[in-house]
Amino acid sequence: MNAPDANTRFAPRHILGIEGLSPDQITSLLDAADGFVALNRRREKKGESLRGLTVINLFFETSTRTQTSFEMAAKRLGADVINMSVATSSIYKGESLIDTAMTLNAMRPDVLVVRHPHSGAVELLSQKVTCAVINCGDGSHEHPTQALLDALTIRRRKGTIAGLVVTICGDIAHSRVARSNIHLLTAMGARVRVVGPPTLIPAMIERMGVEVFHDMVAGLADADIVMMLRLQLERMHGTFVPSLRENFHFYGLDEDKLAAAKPDALIMHPGPINRGVEIDTSVADDIDRSVITEQVEMGVAVRMACLEAVTAHQEAASP
Amino acid sequence: MNGEAPRAFINARLVDPASGMDGRGAVLVADGVIQDVGPGLFADGVPERVEAVDCQGRVLAPGLIDMRVTLHETGETHKENLQTASQAAIAGGITTMAVVPGPKQGIETPAQVEYLIARGRETGLTDVRPYGGITKGTAGETLTEMGLLSEAGAVGFTDGNRALADADTLRRALTYITRFGVPLIQHPEEPSLAAEGQVNEGEISTRLGLKGIPAVAEVIMIERDVRLVELTGGRYHAAHVSTAAGIDAIRAAKGRGLKVTCDTAPPYFGLNETAIGEYRTFAKLSPPLRSEEDRLAVIEGLRDGTIDAVASDHLPQDPDSKRLPFAQAEPGAVGLETLLPLVLELHHGGVLTLDQALAKVTSAPAAILGLEAGRLAKGAPADLVLIDAEVPWVIREAGLVSKSKNTLFDGRPVQGRCLATVFRGRTVYSTGA
Repeated sequence: MNAPDANTRFAPRHILGIEGLSPDQITSLLDAADGFVALNRRREKKGESLRGLTVINLFFETSTRTQTSFEMAAKRLGADVINMSVATSSIYKGESLIDTAMTLNAMRPDVLVVRHPHSGAVELLSQKVTCAVINCGDGSHEHPTQALLDALTIRRRKGTIAGLVVTICGDIAHSRVARSNIHLLTAMGARVRVVGPPTLIPAMIERMGVEVFHDMVAGLADADIVMMLRLQLERMHGTFVPSLRENFHFYGLDEDKLAAAKPDALIMHPGPINRGVEIDTSVADDIDRSVITEQVEMGVAVRMACLEAVTAHQEAASP
Repeated sequence: MNGEAPRAFINARLVDPASGMDGRGAVLVADGVIQDVGPGLFADGVPERVEAVDCQGRVLAPGLIDMRVTLHETGETHKENLQTASQAAIAGGITTMAVVPGPKQGIETPAQVEYLIARGRETGLTDVRPYGGITKGTAGETLTEMGLLSEAGAVGFTDGNRALADADTLRRALTYITRFGVPLIQHPEEPSLAAEGQVNEGEISTRLGLKGIPAVAEVIMIERDVRLVELTGGRYHAAHVSTAAGIDAIRAAKGRGLKVTCDTAPPYFGLNETAIGEYRTFAKLSPPLRSEEDRLAVIEGLRDGTIDAVASDHLPQDPDSKRLPFAQAEPGAVGLETLLPLVLELHHGGVLTLDQALAKVTSAPAAILGLEAGRLAKGAPADLVLIDAEVPWVIREAGLVSKSKNTLFDGRPVQGRCLATVFRGRTVYSTGA
């Protein structure tokens, strides 16, 4: 079902990041996800393509929305899903990441969906297991399914990604969402800007193909898409912004600053949103422009597409 | 004294950076000491009572002196111990190891210094020369018994891979050691700028989402320290310098006639930060691998003599310490067995003459640490290395003698290797070639 031509469909062993994916591969995932959006809006949502397969959601960092989204995606494709939350402290105390991975792998799951507080940890884990691995966030490195769901939201609203001006605002330094989005959007031909206080713009980010702004109004000028990020206080050691109100004054999205963007600019946020910290309530709830809840809907479809993509390979392998 | 026959190493190309000698000649050793050396020696043949060793025209140089080795002796001995490190050292032509304290094995009592020296003697493969810690527990607060440690045989003072950050403590340490004539060795990295840092700050830290350590963390520490050297007159040595700005600061200090020296290690001239690739933890070092511009500045520093010496920075780590998410992995790489061929890269690459390249690992560290070794001279310890300076080979992790195999040069083609190592007149290592 919903299977495009099997010969052209992108079927990677793992999905660990957006960096290195070609526009065709990204488009293949987005096309597949588009099909699942329609399915998810039907009364009968149950698919068959992962029937009999086991998906383990392995979360070394707490999450509600991403874990729920993946669980729902896997169940809608007919898979059995197990959620495992591993407190980071127990990793320090005893079992290493690799031992945890190998233990779970021995139970023969088909897909491990992994989130970890350390950059690179999911890739390390993927090297030690025989099942497919989907990265759903590793430290400040990548969060590929978030970038894909953002891209799907943009593509469905704007028809295309190429040529759009996308402004990503906020805590760029600590954000895996920003990195994955930069890789994806630049690969697809968008013009990407990042806006934030100088302390939250990481070194040499221009080399990733973005323009840097510290003045939010200048960064928003004629933007088609405004992507807001929250301050990741849990990853900050020391002061990066003096106060939340000061942050809102300069980098909070409100009607005044938004006026610089195109009139039909879309407002996006990966959530959870902090009203009054990075986004004003009136803007977040603007039903004409805010697509924040639509992003959540696209999230399930994108994750269904990713789960199918990494298991298509296994189908082909087994007789 | 030891009853062994005197030995003559004849038909050698003698390269002695200390004296500038480079030419055909022979060395006579007996009782662990060089009895005679020179171009004319044994021109008329070797006397009957002397055992002759034909060097077949290969390079005979002083045994290498490695200024910075972590042994893990009495600490994490599953990673390395004095025996395994000594065997790795002699396989690399190293006959003197200066041993640094680590966070898990301090060297802060005279007994610890004496123990390491005694264990070295017992092993009988290399000369083991411990440093003393500058501060207790390398915590940067209370000075160790530097005088007693010095009398016990400490060749200098260092807190290993922890910078001594407190300016007043450093000032007093530099002042105090002026009485003992030994150097203070600093890990030049401003700790608050390096806190939680994993890699060099720049494009790679941003792409990988790892906390970066800015290059200025090095020069800030060196420039401050140089002011204290000027104030105190203490001897100061900056370990493993890795940045263009840090090297410039040393160059300027030397230009002003201050007692400042420095060294670097092969990763900082042989590799840059791109070796990290996708979170390769073997390439996690302290200081971190730097940019290509910095690497070229290290080479220039070696060429113009700003960087006096090259140390291996041997820091063994077992797989469990490296097979972790990057931020949790331990820093460090083994280096004893690869020091010589990587220093010879500087020669083959046209940066240094053979004599200058060998000086970085013989006469220069000897001068900094005040050692008798590191030269081919009458009365010096009979520590020698026989080198085929031209032979091409490939560094292989599996071929390492060291207990830990965490090299970042696996698969690297190099030119030149140690054929035999002589320690106190005895051949302790030979490839048989």
